[in-house]
Amino acid sequence: MENIKVEKQEIADLFNSLELLNKKRNYYFNFDKSFTCMILEGLLVNKKRYGHMTCPCRIANGKRDQDLDIICPCDYRDADVSQYGNCFCGLYLSRQKYNNKIPTSPIAERRPNNKILINKNMEEETQQDKKIFPMWRCNVCGYICARDDTPDVCPICGAEKDRFSKTKETVSE
Amino acid sequence: MPYQKYIETVPGSATNKIFLFTLSTCVWCKKTKQLLKDLGLEYQFVDVDLLGMTDQISAYNEIEKYNPKIFFPTIIINDGQGVISGFNEEKIKALI
Repeated sequence: MENIKVEKQEIADLFNSLELLNKKRNYYFNFDKSFTCMILEGLLVNKKRYGHMTCPCRIANGKRDQDLDIICPCDYRDADVSQYGNCFCGLYLSRQKYNNKIPTSPIAERRPNNKILINKNMEEETQQDKKIFPMWRCNVCGYICARDDTPDVCPICGAEKDRFSKTKETVSE
Repeated sequence: MPYQKYIETVPGSATNKIFLFTLSTCVWCKKTKQLLKDLGLEYQFVDVDLLGMTDQISAYNEIEKYNPKIFFPTIIINDGQGVISGFNEEKIKALI
């Protein structure tokens, strides 16, 4: 497989666009900018290689439906940042770690060996009553909504539609 | 090993046989390689993400023997006498 090259400008553009989102949503990049940019470079390589930006520190399958849980921001980011103060790659830090400039260290892998499978066999909605809505949970940030379909993009964290999964709960109008 | 031709050697002092399974994009793998280089230790590595699917599966099977969670870098010392899972700075420095 060829070694993919990324231009410095591409890294700078990605940094700037994600920093805007981070500021709005209270997420924090690693304060070590050269470290952050190395991770962003890995994300851009993966984007060119697979078509989606998988965690550079994890091995991707290449098929989007197999990689959904490790598309950055991954499904494990918020839990890891809460527990360890940084995500698996070290791109995102907790506010505390960011503010106190605490160095990032490697953490345990949270992704299950038999990684999370999106439940494709979930029973089709048989209930035709429009007063009953399925509940959807954003696997990235935990945002939950009850409506016929998922939002196009998570209004809280910006994750795409396919990062939502249907929960077992339903809510009446 | 089926992925033999993809294994690269970085020269240095060869007190221990150090073999790394790495990803070309992984920052912790890059830090590990840099640290070994700074310590002047010889090591061999294979970037698993750059292998074809068949070779990747062979690499997984090999990594799993030493590091059942299969993450990167996995550092194998003297053909399995020791294993360092992940970028563990202290353990790597102790290899001098």
